[in-house]
Formats: sequence, C-alpha cells, structure tokens
Amino acid sequence: MKFLRQFAARIVGQSIRIFARAITAVRADWKGIEPVPRQRVYFANHTSNADMPMIWSVLPPALRRTVRPVAAADYWLKNKLRAFVGPEVFNCVLVDRRPEVKDKPMDKIIAALDEGSSLIIFPEGNRNMTEDPLLPFKAGLYNMGVARPDVDLVPTWVANLTEIMPKGEVIPLPLICTVTFGEPIHVREGESKDEFLKRAADALLAQRPEAHK
Amino acid sequence: MSSTTTDILLLAFGSFGILIALTVLGEILRVRQPVHEQNPMLDTYMTRVQSWWGMVAFIGAALLLGKPGIMTLFAFASFAALREFLTLTTKAKADHLALALAFFAVLPLQYIFVGLGWTGLYTVFIPVYAFLFLPMISALRGNPQRFLVRVAETQWALMIAVFCVSHVPALMSLDIAGYGDRSVLLIAFLVMVVQFGDLLDFFFGRRIGRRKIAPGLSPKTWEGLVCGVISAMVIGALLSWITPFGVWGAALMAGIASLVGMFGNIVVAAIKRDRGVKDWSHLIPGQGGFVDQLDSVIFAAPIFYQLTKFFYT
Repeated sequence: MKFLRQFAARIVGQSIRIFARAITAVRADWKGIEPVPRQRVYFANHTSNADMPMIWSVLPPALRRTVRPVAAADYWLKNKLRAFVGPEVFNCVLVDRRPEVKDKPMDKIIAALDEGSSLIIFPEGNRNMTEDPLLPFKAGLYNMGVARPDVDLVPTWVANLTEIMPKGEVIPLPLICTVTFGEPIHVREGESKDEFLKRAADALLAQRPEAHK
Repeated sequence: MSSTTTDILLLAFGSFGILIALTVLGEILRVRQPVHEQNPMLDTYMTRVQSWWGMVAFIGAALLLGKPGIMTLFAFASFAALREFLTLTTKAKADHLALALAFFAVLPLQYIFVGLGWTGLYTVFIPVYAFLFLPMISALRGNPQRFLVRVAETQWALMIAVFCVSHVPALMSLDIAGYGDRSVLLIAFLVMVVQFGDLLDFFFGRRIGRRKIAPGLSPKTWEGLVCGVISAMVIGALLSWITPFGVWGAALMAGIASLVGMFGNIVVAAIKRDRGVKDWSHLIPGQGGFVDQLDSVIFAAPIFYQLTKFFYT
C-alpha cells in the first residue's frame, strides 16, 4: 500500500511538471548560482498558488528530490486530495500557523534543514494580492539564516504568474513563466533582523526580468 | 509512391546530406580546437546544427503526413510564437478575456479556416474581425490606461504569430493549374530558400560584412544581405523542379521571399531591443525561441502566398 502511494505520488508529480511545462513553458534562469546539489533555502515571491509547483518543476531531478516546500498545514490538510499532494507529492514541511499549537514552525523547519533537506519558502507569509511587487518579509528567513549560517539563501523570482492567472479569472493564459535564481545571501555578523530582511527583499527584487518591470 | 512523396524524400535526403556535411565540419573544427580553449562561436554553431536536425526531421515528417501533419505542425508553431510574443507585450488585467480568446478562439479558428480552404475568411479573419472584436472585449472591462498600446500590441502578436505563420500551410489551398496535389512542396521550397538565405547571410556577413544595415539594432550587413539573397535565388533556381514557377520564376520568388524575410528579421530585432530581451524564449537550444527561428519565414509567408496567388493561379 505504501509502495502504491509512493508510486502514485511520483506519477502525480510528473504530471504536474509536464502540465506546467506544456502550459507555460516554464523555465529556470540560473543567474547567480548553479543548479548543483548544495543545501539551500530558495526564498520566493508569492502571488499565486502555482508559485511553488513552478519552482518545484524547474529544479533538476537531483535537486527536486531533496527540496521540501514549507507550506501551511491548514491549507494542505483541508481535504484528502490536498493531504496527498502536499505532504506526499511535494514532500512539504507543513507548519501550523496557529499560535495555540505547541510545536513552533521554526522547530520543524530547522529539523528539516538538519536532515539535509533544501527548502522553498515564501517569506511574505501570505499571497501578495497588492500592486506592490513584494509584501514586507516575516522573520522566518532571518531566523533560518542565523540558526544555520552555512545554508545558502537563494532569492528566487517567479515571473508572470499574475498575468497568467489574475485573481478572479477562470481561464489561465499560456504565457511563459520564468523562475530566476539569484546569487545566494547569508546573514552577516552583527546584522540586525530588519537590515537583513531589507537586504533579502532587495536581492529578490533584483531578480525580476527586465521585460516585466 | 506518388511523385510528391518521392520529391519530399529526395529533399529530405538532400537536407540530411547537407546536415551531415555541416556536422562533420563542426566536429573537425572541434578536434582541431585545443582542449582547454573555449570557442563559443563553435558551440553556438554546433547547437544550431543540432536544432536544424530536429527541424528537418519535424518538417520532413509533417510533409510526408500531408495536410494534417502540416496543419498540426504550424498550428503548434503559431501557439508557441504567440505565447512568446504575448509574454512580452503590454497588458492589463482588463485584457485577460481578450487574450484568452486570442489563444483559444482566434488561433484555432484561423487554422480551421485554413484547413477548410476558406480563402475569403482566413485572409481577413485576423486583420478585420479580430482587430475590431478583441478591443471591444477589452474596452468592456473599462480600463483606459494605455488602451491603444495594449490592443495594438495584442493585434501585432496575432498578425505575426498566427496570421503570418498560417500563410505557410495556406499555400496548400492555392489551386495552381497543372500543379495538382504537389502544393505541399511549395512549403518546403519557401522554408528552404528563406532559411538557407539566412544561413548564408550569417556566413557572408561574418566574412565580408562591413556596413551595418541598422546599427545598434541588428548585426546584419548590406554585404551579407546581398550575398544571402543571391544565394537564396541560386538555391531557388536549383529547386525549381519542385515548384510551378519555372527556373527564372523560382529564382525571383526565392529572392523576394529571402529579402522580405531578412528585413522581417530586423523588425523582430527592433521589438526585442525595445523589450530588453536577447531571445524570445529558450525553447529551441542555440536559437532562442520560435519567433527567433521563424522570423524570416513569418514575414516572407504572406508575401510569398500573395505573389503565388496573383501570378500563378
């Protein structure tokens, strides 16, 4: 049974990848970093539910196997299908955002890093529905950088998804989606949380493709 | 085997012969290259040769499958080109429905009309009906910001990626006296003369090119262009046996198609410069996107179609 579920998860994963490529011809632009197996936290802008599958789809297989998107438990455990796709297809690290829960999100994230996994996180915390390119970052990225300073923090810009599927529209446009990976950053010695988060947001904004600014 | 099939196979084997020669040439250059030295020119050349292998295989297979094969291949090329083009154009949320219609209604309808051979419709459907109808859809959503820019760029995308590209398979519905069912070969003729003209323009431009045609926009030179067009005419004359044009007619048609194609390439370069991109996309290794690869054929196709229609039907 367990084997069957794993097999089904692989099939679903490949289907999502093929579907993403067929519709948006999604492609990776490795601008500041090479797609080599190193432990990384990919931090990305968040405008749509498709952001994470897009990043996941463009990672080469060896990197995809070790990457775990950090996602909200309340979203991914809502029904049986999501509970299969989130934890089993994408191998998500599910964090509970409710304050009354005992285990804090950061504990799970650090545990995943200590197992050697790379992560995909969305430091804005929520989907950005505003006209601004980015919402203010939450502290999580800074805390990860302080706790595990060896891990590369990679700014990852997902371009075009707002145009492919604006909020409230039903038909997705098959425009080309680009995922740009920039030069990794690390928390500097003595750098304050706010300084670092500002620098991280700037590093992420710098990855926006020229034609979409 | 029909004579058309035999001719397609002959063309395919001829093309394979040229590709084998080009591949061997590249391999020889690579062997002579010192191991540690980089040669980006040679790498580009080799990835391009590889892409040509793919294209010859695809077009050859489509030609052998006849009309359904050709229609599918060019409809897909239109889709890929439209996707590349609309990715870079100005648009607002108010255009969403109009853009969705461009992809999922205008494009398939255009190919259906071409497939059915409804000449009166496919030559006006995009320039007239889509031109008037899509802005109505956008306007209904009530966003006046940069309205003219938005609808004009969408219309340009449709003209270039769908209208022009669909005129390649439309050559099959021309009724040329005494040419019978061989009109599929006109497609091979158009694609070959234009692409070889491009290739030789690139080659001669590198060798003897001095005066740029549009400095700051495109590396094309007058010397390369003249040599490219003359080469296209020679190739056209050599391929005249697959056309209804006769030797001189074939040379002249090839020359015009190649010339239009080359200036089309400069227009496309201008659009790319404006948008700050080097290539339209990265779908074809070494060549950029579909628009990069097809730009000359895109511009040449409607002109070639109209001239053939005017003089030979």
